[in-house]
Amino acid sequence: MSYNDVTHHAADDQDHDHDHAEHGPAPGLMRWVTTTNHKDIGTLYLWFSLIMFFIGGAMALVIRAELFQPGIQIVDPMFFNSMTTMHAIVMIFGVVMPAFVGLANWMIPMMIGAPDMALPRLNNWSFWIMPFAFTIMLATLFMDSGGPAGGWTLYPPLVLQMGDSFAFVIFAIHFLGISSVMGSINIVATIFNMRPPGMTFMKMPMFVWTWLITAYLLIATIPVFAGAVTMLLTDRFFGTSFFSAAGGGDPVMFQHIFWFFGHPEVYILILPAFGIVSSIIPTFARKPLFGYDSMVYATASIAFLSFIVWAHHMFTTGMPLAGELFFMFSTMMISVPTGVKVFNWVATMWRGSMTFETPMLFAIGFVIMFTVGGLSGLMLAITPADIQYHDTYFVVAHFHYVLVPGAIYSLMAATYYWMPKWTGNMYDEKLGKMHFWISTIFVNVLFFPMHFVGLAGMPRRIPDYSLQFADWNMIATIGAFGFGFSQLMFVYIIFKCVRGGDKATSEVWEGARGLEWTVASPAPYHTFETAPVIEPATVTR
Amino acid sequence: MSSATSGYYVPHAARWPIVGSIGLFIFFYGFATWLNQGPFGKEMFFIGVAIVVFMMFGWFGLVAKESESGTYSSQVDTSFRLCMMWFIFSEVMFFAAFFGALYYARIFSGPWLGGVGGGGAEMTNAVLYQGHDYVWPSNGPEDIGGKFQQMGWFGLPLINTLLLLTSGLTCTFAHHAIRVGKRTPFILWLFATVALGFLFVGLQAYEYYHAYNDLNLKLTSGIYGSTFFLLTGFHGFHVTMGAIILLVVMLRATRKHFSADNHFAFEAAAWYWHFVDVVWLGLFIFVYLL
Repeated sequence: MSYNDVTHHAADDQDHDHDHAEHGPAPGLMRWVTTTNHKDIGTLYLWFSLIMFFIGGAMALVIRAELFQPGIQIVDPMFFNSMTTMHAIVMIFGVVMPAFVGLANWMIPMMIGAPDMALPRLNNWSFWIMPFAFTIMLATLFMDSGGPAGGWTLYPPLVLQMGDSFAFVIFAIHFLGISSVMGSINIVATIFNMRPPGMTFMKMPMFVWTWLITAYLLIATIPVFAGAVTMLLTDRFFGTSFFSAAGGGDPVMFQHIFWFFGHPEVYILILPAFGIVSSIIPTFARKPLFGYDSMVYATASIAFLSFIVWAHHMFTTGMPLAGELFFMFSTMMISVPTGVKVFNWVATMWRGSMTFETPMLFAIGFVIMFTVGGLSGLMLAITPADIQYHDTYFVVAHFHYVLVPGAIYSLMAATYYWMPKWTGNMYDEKLGKMHFWISTIFVNVLFFPMHFVGLAGMPRRIPDYSLQFADWNMIATIGAFGFGFSQLMFVYIIFKCVRGGDKATSEVWEGARGLEWTVASPAPYHTFETAPVIEPATVTR
Repeated sequence: MSSATSGYYVPHAARWPIVGSIGLFIFFYGFATWLNQGPFGKEMFFIGVAIVVFMMFGWFGLVAKESESGTYSSQVDTSFRLCMMWFIFSEVMFFAAFFGALYYARIFSGPWLGGVGGGGAEMTNAVLYQGHDYVWPSNGPEDIGGKFQQMGWFGLPLINTLLLLTSGLTCTFAHHAIRVGKRTPFILWLFATVALGFLFVGLQAYEYYHAYNDLNLKLTSGIYGSTFFLLTGFHGFHVTMGAIILLVVMLRATRKHFSADNHFAFEAAAWYWHFVDVVWLGLFIFVYLL
């Protein structure tokens, strides 16, 4: 039985003929404000994160322009600091997270054969908090005191010395947290409760699995973050002493609470990416995913381990030796399930009939360059070595390798992979490939030199640096502008694809597997209103 | 306006979420402005609260109406259950942050401040506070907030513990009543639960009064005051919310809402109530007793 042999209950279809008239989207702008449709909301999330990608990217370019040459060149140090802070906040909470939620909205119901998300009104609210929360967050840049400038990690006591923007940043984080928790509860409820009969857990595509586990990370850690920033707020305005040694508290305590959230957070930013890559590589290798079961267990193991490694961000703060050792070994352990994943992707490609369309290029780019970031992460896990690397550009190189050619590449891969399903049109393959190659060259020109200046001792988050770092910084800045401006190509390709292009078939890709490829392209406004029949032999992933 | 699809209710055109977003936006922006003593902060704060309350009336009212008109299938019911369950779990994690702060201060950073420990952790003592002897309850080496007395566990906190445990029982009696469709005992047991809940909050307020006036124990009393008031304060806020939710359930019951097999709103409120109960037990043990 072929996988697109999904049949419907004929009787159910007849039952629903009468209300087909009101099944299209409502007209006008209010459609987008009041929509409860998972595809509409997914689209809103994706556009939002694309816009934020350019706002956060512009901030990164301010940073790199300042670092083009040593000395204070363009911006004053305070503004530089608020750029590093806001760049991180925007990219994490405004780009990568909402983009993954947008993909979850679009794809999870179609992948598992559900009519919509479990709680459609809540889904609408999860999105419509985002623009309001980021209005507060970005408004701080225009306040007299300037934006937040203590780094996105908000360490006290520095962050408590901020001006007026402090309270706004804290509340914007609370606001965004409400959205994240509601969004992830919705995803959990959808995956548990909206699967049709026959769609067992082990028949779900990897993207659904990774999102299920990510949603749990969010539900478990975002409230902890909310608690941490609440303590900051009361320390600043209500006279508590959580983070003040004078009152019996401890500034390092904030770092523990923060990173208890912060470390799972970095897996929130990468697990859905693993899911995307696990969907794309089998399609273009024309082979099923190698070691599906082990992929599921590896994802769960990474999620579990992410809760017991947080203090590897704090090796230099002064911890008992037992703590340093525990967090070193637990961190290194993460490379085992991550290695399982990387080898499974490689084994999926092994002896496959490979073709290299744009999504596949980005997916392979992901596997290679994410691994570069993973290996430098292993170096950072070694406590005695980390004491040297801590707060240098080596750390910046490490997490940008896992986040830019990692998470961001997975988002680009996902966009090219599913855009024909969303729009009904094929994107421009030639431009897509050009976008990949130009991006890949520049992203390495941008981030690879940071390893060198970092190992040589250049500290992060400082607008000036000593002369011996000048050459590599100049090269990194050239890479940054190249990478930044080549993303305009991405926007052009998206617009071109939305407006027209070769018509896509429902299957879109020759080797595509899964329920989302059984519905028409573009996907109708409502899909799987009657549950598809899933036989044991139906291919769903 | 809306249509049932394959038995699963997918509402169209949700108008309340955007109202909630605007309300929360004004609330947060106003609160931050107020804290900075900026213009119209207080006004925005209260307008925001009013809009959010308005949204809750509208949104929950709509859901109650849909529930009573039989719009929801058992699959929708399961979605609600999952949603409530994991919402409560997220609340547990919110409290975990504050319990974590309490444990960390008492077990690790406190003794380090007192010069006990190794690996450099005791350096603050060596450099800044030599001779400081750390004893819980502590307001730190600089005696922040001045001399204070610890809140004992006997007396008010013990009474409050018994009140909450009893309210858990009355809540369960209410559940048994509605499950066999007995509306009057359901309402009465609910009334008892709500009354016990508000009594708890009242006694908690009295305890705060006592702390501030007799014990010189304040929010500003160093780490002890911080953890004591934030833990009991957030708990008290949750009890208030839980009692209001149960009160709404009770008022709906007097309007003939709920039946023996359709009363998830009550069950959700009861889950929430047991959750605040369990948090209190943790508080009673770790904040008051130990």
